Amino acid sequence: MTTTTLSTFDAAGFESFLQERQEPQWLKEMRQQAWNQAEAMQWPERRHEEWLRTDIRMFQINRFGIPSSVASDVEPEQVAEAHQLRAGVETAGQIETLDSQIVNASLKETWKERGVLFGSLEDHCESQADLVREYLFSVTNTEHDKFAALHAATWAGGQILYVPRGVVIDEPLHIGSVLSGGGTDTTHTLVILEEGAEATLLHECNCLDPSASGLHLGGIEIIQKPNSHLRYVNLQEWGHKTFNFAMQKATVDRDATLQWTLAAMGSQLTKVNQSVDLVGPGANSQVNGVMFTEARQHIAYHTLQHHKAPNCRSDFLYKSAQQDNSRTVWRGMIKVDPEAQKTDGYQRNDNLVLSSNARADSIPGLEIEADDVRCTHGSTTAKVDEEQIFYARCRGFTRKEATRMIVSGFFQQIFDRITIDSVRDALGDAIARQVREYD
Amino acid sequence: MNHILKIEDLHVTVGDKPILRGVNLTIQHGETHALMGPNGSGKSTLGLAIMGHPGYEITGGKIHLNDQDVLEMEADERARAGIFLAFQRPMAIPGVKMADFLRHATTNIRRPDRKEGEELIPMREFRKELKDRMAHLRMDVEFARRYVNDGFSGGEMKRAEILQLAMLQPKFAILDETDSGLDADAVRLASESIAEIGHQKMGLLIITHHDKLLEHNPPQFTHVMLGGRIVETGGPELADELHENGYDRIRKTYPEAEAANQEMLAEEATA
Ligand SMILES: Nc1ncnc2c1ncn2[C@@H]1O[C@H](COP(=O)(O)OP(=O)(O)OP(=O)(O)O)[C@@H](O)[C@H]1O
Ligand SMILES: [Mg+2]
Repeated sequence: MTTTTLSTFDAAGFESFLQERQEPQWLKEMRQQAWNQAEAMQWPERRHEEWLRTDIRMFQINRFGIPSSVASDVEPEQVAEAHQLRAGVETAGQIETLDSQIVNASLKETWKERGVLFGSLEDHCESQADLVREYLFSVTNTEHDKFAALHAATWAGGQILYVPRGVVIDEPLHIGSVLSGGGTDTTHTLVILEEGAEATLLHECNCLDPSASGLHLGGIEIIQKPNSHLRYVNLQEWGHKTFNFAMQKATVDRDATLQWTLAAMGSQLTKVNQSVDLVGPGANSQVNGVMFTEARQHIAYHTLQHHKAPNCRSDFLYKSAQQDNSRTVWRGMIKVDPEAQKTDGYQRNDNLVLSSNARADSIPGLEIEADDVRCTHGSTTAKVDEEQIFYARCRGFTRKEATRMIVSGFFQQIFDRITIDSVRDALGDAIARQVREYD
Repeated sequence: MNHILKIEDLHVTVGDKPILRGVNLTIQHGETHALMGPNGSGKSTLGLAIMGHPGYEITGGKIHLNDQDVLEMEADERARAGIFLAFQRPMAIPGVKMADFLRHATTNIRRPDRKEGEELIPMREFRKELKDRMAHLRMDVEFARRYVNDGFSGGEMKRAEILQLAMLQPKFAILDETDSGLDADAVRLASESIAEIGHQKMGLLIITHHDKLLEHNPPQFTHVMLGGRIVETGGPELADELHENGYDRIRKTYPEAEAANQEMLAEEATA
């Protein structure tokens, strides 16, 4: 629709992708190397553990265009209207992208003066080459699989947040990535908090046409230096024919805290690896996830809480509800290295299956090599209880109102952990919108 | 207006198992009826069938609220029409605060034509009303912030049902053992509250095994259920008799109903 180029993810397409961009040599080389890796790799197959429950035979990458820099005919207002988390929020800065192209990026002058960087990752590869070179793909593994390698080769647009030592940003920053019908988004997000820095980042992915196809090949890297504090919110509402593949990882150093809340509502098929490495003593992470699927959606998350240093805490709670013929997969792991004594790890996944054809796979895991640790995990799967619905109906709720209330009640535990009103409201609305009528 | 809830020759089965076998009962607005009967005789089934529980199939008979055919209505329509059931076993709804639940319920009941998504009663107005009612029932305001029946003690659940009765002000209320599981003081408080909220102001059908509740809400009629039928109807003295002497006389007088009751209990045991 908006991408006029015919270039796709093949050798010729990649060649013109490189040609089109005026990029520093180091970046070109990095891309080329990743491309070569990708070329040498097979597509994952079901016999690979991570893909055992996720069937990608339907996925044809050459149906999607490689991101181009041809200007789109979509009005900027249309992009702005797609966002959900910004309502009523005074932000310190904003980045908007459409099909991996930056539409708008801004940061308040006060934060610029204090050395904060927030804007297009592409642009910063020129202006902040040393910084970007040091951190880009330093956290995620570009050789993890073919998707990861392709992302490293073809990421475009993207965003960087860099908060210098001791700078505390007291207003949220906002990133809104939008896909047009049939578009491709390969944005990469790079977040660096220096020692003692603090920030709140609201990051959402939306689409102009909920029923259109699309592709996201993405990556998120978060680097937290000692004593830094980050609240990071991800809302994913891609269109329901969009393929969504991403590697997302944070590394959290001494006494730093990370609260990472994600909501995965969109896409046709999602396969995400979300990891948190606790690399310095006293690091603390809290990961919250809300998943709500319908129709034939398939959302798979492979998560890792990796304790590499002593005295760290990791808290993890995913709650998923499934309707229709949809399916979610969660495979979690708490890994505790031998030196990570006094680890406190927690992992839990609750599922609410709303229809007899829906399915939830929930597989917790522990791999503990230290001897003085406390790690607990749990997983529950329940159906919506007809007796609950009847009880609510006897109090005047329609069936749909009753279901919606029970589903929101199910997610309440996560909402209680969200301290930003606009996020709680947007999530509540998104969930309520998706609840359908059952009989 | 004088409202009437009329049940005629009601037959109900669960699965293939007949439970109610021809129940007749007419309640006028403002009247109080006691419904008694041994365990498993079908009292709760009657309450749930009146509300439209999907697991209870109506195989014969009628229920009318004034000229409305209740059997044609969904459970929520029945509630909005003014029929209320205080559950013998209320359901927990984790994550949903009592206050939010009640605000939505109260709005729907007071504005029966409300469409989904339309405004609820304004928060401040509702909070004030809820607070007043709770104070009246001597309930701690903290209660409204707890999740619906989640982790409630048996007594707390029953009191929460009474609070809902007070907020929803139905035309007809069926109170299914709203006095059980309460300690002596709580029974007295509950009985007084119910009398204040409902006695002579609603049509009440009080299902009970004890006498305290009826002392405060003297029934004009006492019905005895056995084997899925109302086998005898009398005045308040019948309730007194049953409290004193139990059901021996009833069981002997109505051997067929007694046989049906035993049959249901036996099936229950083998199920
Ligand atoms: N959902 C159900 N499934 C199977 N059997 C049921 C169901 N509901 C009721 N019954 C059976 O119907 C009969 C009547 O039950 P009901 O609960 O109406 O009795 P009750 O008079 O309320 O008893 P109690 O005084 O113990 O509360 C019992 O034999 C019971 O097992
Ligand atoms: Mg009963």
